[in-house]
Amino acid sequence: MIVREILGEAGQSMGANRLRTGLTMLGMIIGVGAVVLMLAIGQGAQYMVSESIASMGSNLFIVLSGSSTSGGLRTGSGTAPTLTLKDAEAIEELPDVEAVAPVMPNNAPLIHGASNWSTMVAGTTPSYFAARDWSFVSGEGFTENDVRSATRVVVLGQRVVQNLFGDEDPVGTTIRIKNSPFLVLGVLAPKGQSLDGRDQDDTALVPVTTAQRQLFGDQFPGMVRFMMIKARTRESMPWAEQGIRDLLRSRHRLRPGQEDDFTVRNLTALAQTAAGTTRAMSMMLGSIASVSLLVGGIGIMNIMLVSVTERTREIGIRMAIGARRRDILLQFLFEALMISLLGSLIGALVGFFGAFAVSRIVGMTVVVTVWSVLLAFLVAASVGIFFGFYPARKAAGLRPIEALRYQ
Amino acid sequence: MNRPLIRAVDLVKSYPIGAGESVAALRHVDFAIDAGEFVSIMGPSGSGKSTLMNILGCLDTATTGHYFLNGQDSGRLSADALAALRNRLIGFVFQGFNLLPRKTILDNVALPLLYAGLNRPESHRRAAAGLERVGLGSLARQRPNQLSGGQQQRVAIARALVNEPRLILADEPTGNLDSRTSEDIMKLFGQLNEARGITLIVVTHEPDIARHARRLIHVVDGMIAGDGAVESVLQRTAS
Ligand SMILES: Nc1ncnc2c1ncn2[C@@H]1O[C@H](COP(=O)(O)OP(=O)(O)O)[C@@H](O)[C@H]1O
Ligand SMILES: [Mg+2]
Repeated sequence: MIVREILGEAGQSMGANRLRTGLTMLGMIIGVGAVVLMLAIGQGAQYMVSESIASMGSNLFIVLSGSSTSGGLRTGSGTAPTLTLKDAEAIEELPDVEAVAPVMPNNAPLIHGASNWSTMVAGTTPSYFAARDWSFVSGEGFTENDVRSATRVVVLGQRVVQNLFGDEDPVGTTIRIKNSPFLVLGVLAPKGQSLDGRDQDDTALVPVTTAQRQLFGDQFPGMVRFMMIKARTRESMPWAEQGIRDLLRSRHRLRPGQEDDFTVRNLTALAQTAAGTTRAMSMMLGSIASVSLLVGGIGIMNIMLVSVTERTREIGIRMAIGARRRDILLQFLFEALMISLLGSLIGALVGFFGAFAVSRIVGMTVVVTVWSVLLAFLVAASVGIFFGFYPARKAAGLRPIEALRYQ
Repeated sequence: MNRPLIRAVDLVKSYPIGAGESVAALRHVDFAIDAGEFVSIMGPSGSGKSTLMNILGCLDTATTGHYFLNGQDSGRLSADALAALRNRLIGFVFQGFNLLPRKTILDNVALPLLYAGLNRPESHRRAAAGLERVGLGSLARQRPNQLSGGQQQRVAIARALVNEPRLILADEPTGNLDSRTSEDIMKLFGQLNEARGITLIVVTHEPDIARHARRLIHVVDGMIAGDGAVESVLQRTAS
């Protein structure tokens, strides 16, 4: 029989038993749908992490006030900061360090006209822009001069601009922070979420001296909560870390054996770990979903075996009027293949739209790639051939007279 | 010299029934049938008629002995070669019609043509013509269960004829039909034999049906008990 006509026969018998075909297909739909969806979620997470890593800046340390203990980090509102602006200046002199940005953050309300928005206002130095590889979409950052004279200037993140100005360009306008007027110098480029899920664009930066003297009082003069430190190169990071630790210990007059009163964390290494974890998680999601693909395949084999038994007499009749083994084999194989292909096509669509539903409803980032859909599709097709082959061979191997006599 | 279309040489068929035992359904059967003959096979139930027909139709193989179809030893042919013989040389008509219930009448009749390698439009065209010839052209789009028994058997005959076979094997084709319809079916067979020279072998256990043929083979207990002109064999059987 011409292959096209065998396909036609396979299609006809699929159509003749719609419920059975549909149920078998459901197995494939769920399997492929799950794979596509899980891959989309996994790749979405990976995408988010890599975006956060890219937005974080490279070769980065964070040095926090307070020591780390086995139980975690001892910081918080009660602890007095131990890092000073002078520490920052000293660290900047280290050979492996490119930039040091001391940060003194605090929450404060921002007001512009009738709008107000509460955000994290961070006092820092111009080095911050270099350390975080942060550029401006409008205007510019403050300078060492601004830090020296504690001028009331501010740089705004995207979220703050959206909430206070809408589509307007805020550069040159004056806003009020804790009721003091501040001139807006620039608007930062968008960075999105940080690794720990904070909105990095929801921030305002002011000179560190301004923050200390005019915004948050002189409770801890010359102190900073943490510092962002950028090493010169990836390779120099271990040396930089050692240098920072030694320098701070000697500056803080810590005796040997005494605990650090600061914590140095290698953000770049943390980011790598996070990326690795996400990759592992996304692979795990994918492999769990693949199991349902396998189950779908076994479902096809199961139904095809039942179908061969049920249709033994039909096979006998076909053989009696001249069907060759190849004709019967291909008919059943095509049937399995069509079920798995159609099922995986629908499944891919379900997974595709399911992924967007998930991103809409749960707010998760999903990434559907052509590759993941193609992969799921190809695997499903092979599953169809693999699990369809045994029943098809069983059908083709029947002896005509026995098939014909089957009741 | 006229080579017979069918030649059975010392055919034996035994069915294993477990525990190393077997029943002999055919015991050393020899006969020949020429092209163009119209033969009835009669015999009591269980005498081996269907067993014989299945071997003649290349659906089954003999335990020992040889069956030559058109000069070829069927025992030496591959499964695919036998399938090709069933497709092109033989047409089957069964007692239970054996139509595919989910297919239309037209699709049922066209199926042997598809297996012969024709495409669907061409095979549908020929199948439609075949249905016309058995007087069922108007039912092409129906399904088998929408037809009467007699109509279904005509469809089966149209299917058997569609590839223009030289041999038609009918195992109790009228077994499920009333006597008037049976009479019609047998007349149709007679026409096919006379007008187109198709060789016909019809199994029956009704003498009235057997009388439509010219030759009668009487099978008893897996052996040929009589073979000859219908009336003479019937007389010998009766006595
Ligand atoms: N598949 C089979 N397995 C075992 N015995 C069979 C089988 N088919 C037929 N027989 C036996 O072979 C004998 C002949 O059967 P069959 O050819 O069907 O006779 P008929 O068609 O003349 O009624 C019977 O005894 C029957 O029981
Ligand atoms: Mg019988």
